[in-house]
Amino acid sequence: MSLLEIDNLTVSLSQDGVETPLVRGVSYSVAPGEILALVGESGSGKSVSSLAVMGLLSKSLRVTSGTIRFDGRDLLSVSDKQMRKIRGRDISIVFQEPMTSLNPVRTIGSQITESIEENLGLSKANAKQRAIDLLKEVGVADAERRLKQYPHHFSGGMRQRVMIAIALAADPKLIIADEPTTALDVTIQAQILDLMARVCRNHNTAMVLITHNLGIVARYAQRVNVMYGGRIVESGTAREIYTTPRHPYTEGLLRSVPTLTQDRTVPLQPIRGNPADPFTTIPGCRFHPRCPYAQDKCTKVVSPFKDGVACHFPLQSAQKEAV
Amino acid sequence: MSALLRIEDVSVHFPIHKGLLQREVGEVRAVDSVTLELKKGEAFGLVGESGCGKTTLARAVLRLVDPTSGAIWFDGQNISGLTAKGLAPFRKRIAAIFQDPFSSLNPRQKSGQIIAEVLKVHDYAGDVQARVGELLSICGLAPRFAELYPHEMSGGQRQRVGIARALALEPELIVCDEAVSALDVSIQAQIINLLEELRAKFDLTYLFIGHDLSVVRHLCDRIAVMYLGRIMEMGTSEELFDNPRHPYTKALIDAVPEPDPEGEDMRDHVALKGEIPSPLNPPSGCVFNTRCPIAFDRCTKVVPSVTRLGKTHTAACFALQTDAAQN
Repeated sequence: MSLLEIDNLTVSLSQDGVETPLVRGVSYSVAPGEILALVGESGSGKSVSSLAVMGLLSKSLRVTSGTIRFDGRDLLSVSDKQMRKIRGRDISIVFQEPMTSLNPVRTIGSQITESIEENLGLSKANAKQRAIDLLKEVGVADAERRLKQYPHHFSGGMRQRVMIAIALAADPKLIIADEPTTALDVTIQAQILDLMARVCRNHNTAMVLITHNLGIVARYAQRVNVMYGGRIVESGTAREIYTTPRHPYTEGLLRSVPTLTQDRTVPLQPIRGNPADPFTTIPGCRFHPRCPYAQDKCTKVVSPFKDGVACHFPLQSAQKEAV
Repeated sequence: MSALLRIEDVSVHFPIHKGLLQREVGEVRAVDSVTLELKKGEAFGLVGESGCGKTTLARAVLRLVDPTSGAIWFDGQNISGLTAKGLAPFRKRIAAIFQDPFSSLNPRQKSGQIIAEVLKVHDYAGDVQARVGELLSICGLAPRFAELYPHEMSGGQRQRVGIARALALEPELIVCDEAVSALDVSIQAQIINLLEELRAKFDLTYLFIGHDLSVVRHLCDRIAVMYLGRIMEMGTSEELFDNPRHPYTKALIDAVPEPDPEGEDMRDHVALKGEIPSPLNPPSGCVFNTRCPIAFDRCTKVVPSVTRLGKTHTAACFALQTDAAQN
């Protein structure tokens, strides 16, 4: 049974009376303990769809259709009060920017214990002990002393560890990690992602990992949803996506990134044009203006999502023929 | 081939002032005794994590900060001591492209004006408008883009305007500070290819600063790896990536997740322990010793000198010195 089930979710921005869909009919599910990656470029809708799960959409954004079920409950129909309880206890979130997501004028300790007291109803002393244990688990040395310090005493990597400790405070079933390491240095990024993967394994916590970095996906995720223009265009195991991409966008994305082993003298093969602007009307498949394989049908008819890919002419055999 | 740019034992230290009298209480050694050379037509990469001094070194080359000691030679002339007036002829020959095309372009000027301004400041003799159109087309933008403001363009298009501006005065050296880091993956590849085309077309020399190792490897002929103000290892892209010798270079390469699940399963992931120490209070001896998996007693006391490992390959590590001596 899946833990999180999103069905045909559409999120729109209303501005000056005009509704612009940013997420266009997205469906996916996450099993307990699973790490699912959402990959895409800016404007692909990967963050907005996850904010909808958390019930954290800003006022101008609104779920216009679809359902979000978590652990058997319909998250779109629960009250704000109930949602607050789910958030933090059952689902927690780790944002990109550890500098801005911690309160600069409160100690780290008070920010962790707040979450523990609120969600687990522990006494002050017990909450403090739990905070110390959590900091130790996420690799913050000298935890007892560190509790009394403020965010500015912590480096970027350490702050992100604190954010993870807060996210873990109530032992949630699902963590949504929105670009959790994008602001960090590579060696620190590896530490933090290793930590998150280990924590998920140890606690059987599921994670939705939102990222634009295809390398991170390959190393840490079991399943991948590739998003483009507000839709999931391809979905599969990490291995399937990387070895036999079926959507032209996935293929283009993989060809765009330089790797540490490829021939340097061969130019990269970028995708032409710019990412689809949500405010521009694009008939048919939203990728067709950039797609090297686009045909007449692609410019007119929206490609339905079928068998893990949303494309009229998936690339399934191209690579096999080449072998 | 002669060196176009020679950075000779350059240090950049920033004093820290404290208290009522603003007494100097210490200094940040942003760049410490760095020596390197760029040949004409070469793309040279500087990589490292935040605080390693790569941007400060680039700013010293652009003379946006003054080196505390050492000399910067451009085309045979020492430019590190020159006054603003003496520097003027060199300003045409050295250009820069910055990371964030959002903040490096004036939001109240059209892109045509932004490019024309550079030409006017340097008393361009020809037809400014024609030159602007030419520069835009070199960078893959239609002439109509001259009439657009930065906010009317996408990130990739803005970066193209930034590149057109850098090319305006036909520079010989372009300092690219994280020039593709803020761009989406598919756009990043477009700009990388553009930079490569331009280098071949105009015989440009690049000093390319980046933190994304795979991008720097792809774009640069030679690379220096920096850590806390010092160069740890330097060599051709092939030398550094096929045969990294310094423990920091090894760790850095290992930390990069590759977009290939099968390859990822094969690699061993030894995450580097600990944090980057504060440049306010760098470790004694080799600056990397606090995180180094093979550090021994001497590393904590003495700064290792540069060991030559091959014709173009050098590293600063005691472990490699003993290796070299044994061979």
